[in-house]
Amino acid sequence: MAVAADGRAAVAQTAVAAESRAVSSNEIIAEFVDVHRHYKMGDNVVRALNGVSMKVSKGDYLTIMGRSGSGKSTMLNLLGCLDRPTRGEYRVGGRDVSKLDDDALSNVRGHEIGFIFQSFNLIPQLTVLENLEVPLFYQGRVGAESREKAEYLADRVGLGQRLAHKPLELSGGQQQRVAIARALMNDPLFLLADEATGNLDSNTEAEILDLFDDLRPDGVTIVMVTHNPTVAQRADRTLWLKDGEVEKLVTNADRADAAPTEESL
Amino acid sequence: MIRDTWRIVRLGLKSLMLHKLRSALTTAGILFGVASVIAMLAVGEGAKQDALERFQDMGVTNLIARSKKPAETATSNSQSLWSALSYGLLYAEADLIQASLPTSVVARVREAKRPMIRGEHFHTSIIVGTEPSFLELTNMQVREGRWLGDIDDRRLANVCVLGATLTRLLFPLENPMDQTVLIGDDDRYRVVGVLSEQGRTAGAGSTPYDECMFIPLHTHQRRFGDVNTTRSGGSFSRERVELAEVKVKMPSSEDVAAGAQVIRDLLAQRIEETGDVLVTVPLELLKQEEESKRMFNIVLAVIASISLLVGGIGIMNVMLATVTERTREIGIRRALGAKKKHVVQQFLVEAGVLSALGGVVGVTLGVGLPFLITTWFAQKTIILPQHVMLAFSISAAVGVVFGLYPAWRAANMDPVEALRHE
Repeated sequence: MAVAADGRAAVAQTAVAAESRAVSSNEIIAEFVDVHRHYKMGDNVVRALNGVSMKVSKGDYLTIMGRSGSGKSTMLNLLGCLDRPTRGEYRVGGRDVSKLDDDALSNVRGHEIGFIFQSFNLIPQLTVLENLEVPLFYQGRVGAESREKAEYLADRVGLGQRLAHKPLELSGGQQQRVAIARALMNDPLFLLADEATGNLDSNTEAEILDLFDDLRPDGVTIVMVTHNPTVAQRADRTLWLKDGEVEKLVTNADRADAAPTEESL
Repeated sequence: MIRDTWRIVRLGLKSLMLHKLRSALTTAGILFGVASVIAMLAVGEGAKQDALERFQDMGVTNLIARSKKPAETATSNSQSLWSALSYGLLYAEADLIQASLPTSVVARVREAKRPMIRGEHFHTSIIVGTEPSFLELTNMQVREGRWLGDIDDRRLANVCVLGATLTRLLFPLENPMDQTVLIGDDDRYRVVGVLSEQGRTAGAGSTPYDECMFIPLHTHQRRFGDVNTTRSGGSFSRERVELAEVKVKMPSSEDVAAGAQVIRDLLAQRIEETGDVLVTVPLELLKQEEESKRMFNIVLAVIASISLLVGGIGIMNVMLATVTERTREIGIRRALGAKKKHVVQQFLVEAGVLSALGGVVGVTLGVGLPFLITTWFAQKTIILPQHVMLAFSISAAVGVVFGLYPAWRAANMDPVEALRHE
C-alpha cells in the first residue's frame, strides 16, 4: 500500500495548498450577490433567477431545493460556471467570475469545481482510471502523480480494484463513486452535485450519502441540487428557491442539533 | 507534450474503435484516393521516362533530315517506264548543311534493302552506308572489333560492321570476326566489327539498327548506286535517292533550336513544296511530349483529387455523426475544464487519425498497384518517394480540413445543452 500512502501524501500536500488560499477557516468560497438570470423567449423575458444572494463557506454542506421551474437548474448552471448571470456578481474563491470569457470559465471549472451528475456522466470508452484522469488532463497534469492520486481516490471511495474496468461494467452506485472520485481529482473548492442520487435505489442512495458524510472531515464542501427531502435532510442547510428568488434558508435540525430555524438572509 | 499528443491520438483511436465498421468504411474512401494518386503519378512518371528514353535514343542534341517518298502526283504517274522518280536529300545539300553549321558533326546515311547470305543463313535487311561520325551521333557501342574508318571509305573497302541481332541471325554459332557476308551474287564484305545490343526502336526507317549492316558511305554508293529498282507484281518502279538521311549533332542542346532553323531554311523548298524531306528534332518532340504528358498528369491529378475529395466528404459526414452522438461526452469534458480548443483538438485528431490510417493503407496499396499495372498492361511505372509523401500528406490534410467544421461545431456547443443531451 506504499502507493496509496504516497497518494495520500500528495493529496495532503494539495490540501495544504488549498488551505493557503483560505483567509480564515470560515472562508467564503462561493458567493452570489444579487444574481439575475433572464432568458429571452421570443418577445417575453423569462426571469429564471431574480436577485438571488447566498454564501457557501468552506466545509459547508448545502442543498438547494424547490419545485420545478423555481430556478434550481439555472442556479446549478451558474454555480458550475457553465453559464453567466445577466446581472449581479458570482464570486468563486473571492474572485468575480460573472464576466469571464469562455476559456477563463473553463479554467475555473477545471480548477475550482468538482461536478457530480445525476446520470454519473462517465465517458464510456475510457477505463475508470482514464475517467479519473480527465480533469487533470486539461490542466496538463497527467502522469505518475495523477495516477497515484486516482488510485488513492478510487481507494477512498471504495473502488480500488476497479481501475481497469469500463464504466458500463460497474453498477450505478459504483459509477457514481467513480464520478465522486473524479470530482475530487482537481482538489476543487466545492463539489457541485446535481441530483447525485436521483438514478439510484434507496439503499445505494444511502451509501452515496454516507460517502459524502465520510468525505467531509477531509474539508470537502458540498453543494447539492435536489428535490428529494430525504437527501436534503442529510445536509447542514437547505436553500429553498421559489419563482427565481430565495424563499428561505433552513438549518437542518439533525445537523445543527436544534429545531429547524429560518435564518435571516 | 509528446505524451499528451500520444494520449490524444490514443483517445482518438479508442473512439474510432467504438464504430469499427463505420470507421473502416470511411477510411476506405481515403485509402482508394491515396492509392489512386500514387498509382496515377507512377504511371505518369513511367510514361514520361519512357518518352524521355525514346527521344534520348535519337539523341537530344541531334537533328535528323530524312528523305521520304513524296505523295504520288500527276507528274510522277506520267513518267515513262524507265525513267526514275527522283527525290530526297542530295550530297550537295548535305555539304551545304555542314558548311552552314560548322560547329556540328554531320553523318550522311544511305540505305538499301538487300538479302544477306552467310552459308545457309539468310536474312533480308537494311544495309546502311555511312561515315565514321555516325557512331558518335547514334551513341552506339562496338562490342568486338572496330567501327568503320575514313580509310575504309577512301579505299572503297568491302568491310562491314554488324548490328547485334543481325550477327545472331547470320552467325548463330561462329565468331563473325573476319568472316564474310555475301550480298547479291558476288559481293563479299569482311566483318570488322560487331555492335553491342542497342535495344532501341530508332534505326533505318522501321528497321532497328540492331538488325542493320553498316558499310562505308562511298562503298555503298559505288556498289548499289543511286537508282534503286523494285519489282512489284508485273511492274517496275525506279527511284533515285542520293541520301536517305543526314544526321546532324549540335554541340549542345542550347544550339538545337538555331540549328533546326538553319536546316529548315536550307531545305524549306523540299519540306514545304515537294514534300520529300522530313526534318525531325528529337528535342522538340521531347518537349511536345513533355507538354502533353503534363496535361495528362494534370487530368490524372484532378481525377485523383476528386476521389480524395469524396473521401474527405465521407470523413466530414462521419465526424458530424460522431459529434452529434457524443454531444454528452463533449458536455462532460467541458464541465471538467476542457476549453474549446481542447474539444477542437480532440475531434481534429480523430479525423486526422481516421484519414492517416487510410493514408497508410493507401500508400501500401498505391505502391503495390503500379506493379500490377506494369505486369498486366506493360506500362512502365515509376514510384517517386516524393509522390508517396505527397499523397500521404494530402490524405492527412484532407482529414484535418474536413474535420475542421465538425470539430468547430463540437467546440461551440453550449455546455449546458450538451450535458442535457440524451
